[in-house]
Amino acid sequence: MSATSQGAGPRPLTITLDGRPFAGTEGQTIAGMLLAARRRSWRTTSVESAPRGVFCGIGVCFDCLVTVNGSRDVRACLRRAADGDVVETQHDPLPGVTS
Amino acid sequence: MSRRTVVVVGAGPAGLSAARAAARAGADVTLLDASDQVGGQFWRHRALPGGGTAPDEPTFHHGWGTFTALRDVVATHPRVTLLTSAQVWALERLDAGVRLRVLVGPADGAGREHLTLTPDALVLATGAHDRTLPFPGWQLPGVTTAGAAQALAKAERVAVGDRVVVAGAGPFLLPVASSLLRTGARVLSVHEAATPASMARGWGARPAGLLGAAHKAGELGGYVGTLARHRVAYRLGEAVVAARGDGRVEEVTVARVDARWSPVPGTERTVAADAVCVSHGFTPRLELAVAAACAISPDRFVVVDDEQRTSAAGVWAAGELTGIGGAEAALAEGWVAGHHAASGAPDDAGLARAARRRARSADFARRLDAAHGIRGGWTSWLRDDTLVCRCEEVDAGTLRAAACATGSADLRSVRLTSRAGLGPCQARICGRTVAELVGATEPAPGGDTGSAPAVPDRRPLVVPVRLGDLATLPDVPAADAP
Repeated sequence: MSATSQGAGPRPLTITLDGRPFAGTEGQTIAGMLLAARRRSWRTTSVESAPRGVFCGIGVCFDCLVTVNGSRDVRACLRRAADGDVVETQHDPLPGVTS
Repeated sequence: MSRRTVVVVGAGPAGLSAARAAARAGADVTLLDASDQVGGQFWRHRALPGGGTAPDEPTFHHGWGTFTALRDVVATHPRVTLLTSAQVWALERLDAGVRLRVLVGPADGAGREHLTLTPDALVLATGAHDRTLPFPGWQLPGVTTAGAAQALAKAERVAVGDRVVVAGAGPFLLPVASSLLRTGARVLSVHEAATPASMARGWGARPAGLLGAAHKAGELGGYVGTLARHRVAYRLGEAVVAARGDGRVEEVTVARVDARWSPVPGTERTVAADAVCVSHGFTPRLELAVAAACAISPDRFVVVDDEQRTSAAGVWAAGELTGIGGAEAALAEGWVAGHHAASGAPDDAGLARAARRRARSADFARRLDAAHGIRGGWTSWLRDDTLVCRCEEVDAGTLRAAACATGSADLRSVRLTSRAGLGPCQARICGRTVAELVGATEPAPGGDTGSAPAVPDRRPLVVPVRLGDLATLPDVPAADAP
């Protein structure tokens, strides 16, 4: 009925988060790659400077936002990783709020 | 002359079924999904190169064969155009019908392609997402919705943690625990807030009556068996009432709850865990239905008639958008919606079969609510410093103070004063909770089609859109025709 991939399997790929490499395979999301490496948080909140990572996992909550190849506010749980993606954590302190 | 055009938004069970039925009835169908694969949350699966299927994929799903059949139809049918990675970001009402604004390309990417659609008929099958009630510490990394754990397990075989507690309410907790086990996580326990008495009220006193339809009971029995084999306790009348940790969750407090979900003092115990997956039900994705001016019921679902037709001309709806009925109901509703949206013959035999299947599932939502529906006592596990709005980091104390200061239960003024619900998720996570905490009034029964429904579900922009994308938006002539 449907093809099975017994052969080559998904190709490996590497991304970086703030310069640190993370390995995964084609088809994984950025959040999936980070979680698989036991990284639990990447964004820092504006008010309390608190860490956040995946919460809803399906693009609803916007907790997992990252910058991907210079493009801000990408939901890491939705975006499929591409080999060589340069991912950066986000932290936007509120004016007048110490962090 | 030209064939009737039907756009279906959402390619989960309801949308896939609607697209197939509409094509079968002779329409030209465009099926859109924001994801880059079809299947929705229910059949979310590993994305392999060349569209291959992972050998273990069927073990993560129910009805995988039904899915592959539907997927093959929408991929190959000459009258179906399948557009994945297609995010509808706005719906405008026209004199006749609607106009959809779509961006096609990688999630949240810059420079995505614009697409504008003005179909003869629209079928909304946008589904639902988890509803998670706040508790102290729920903002810690490692606390996720049950749906997040399920999505990562199904799509990537990634477990959200090594030692996981699953909690909340509803039968969905069981497949989530099962998927976590399959991905190698240790599931410590599953805590269902519903008490044995309310479980019996919804599903019947005997386990065999658990989910009405026989195969559903079998399905759940299978999960319970899986939990038993892995020695995972499934405990009724319990809730995770707090999470603690330094920068990530390290332990949770579990407590017994009474029939109203108030924690019973003295029953608290601490469980060490590095992940906690919590969901208390589902809430429909109403943005497009609200933008189309579809009537919304007091319990926040799209109102449909026997033909799955909404109150908005030319707009049908199916699946969780119309009530939490599960995949079987969604498939049947999608069939009916797609067939009628395509102006199919009323005496169609397939339609009659779908309507009968739909009728068999009709009781599910009522039973689900009777057994697992959120009870008001949960608010007693909130503290003043418990975050309610995760985006704007507004706690329960601030929210209550704002409600007092504004002197009313008017949701808009409470939100503007406290900023709850004004962050990036646009109140998708906290909207209903905020409304309930400040005692905001719900819209009139039957949905006030003329005026704006209660604030939380009204989002003129369905998702955030980059200014650069708006700048490249092609002009649409005022009097354009489909």
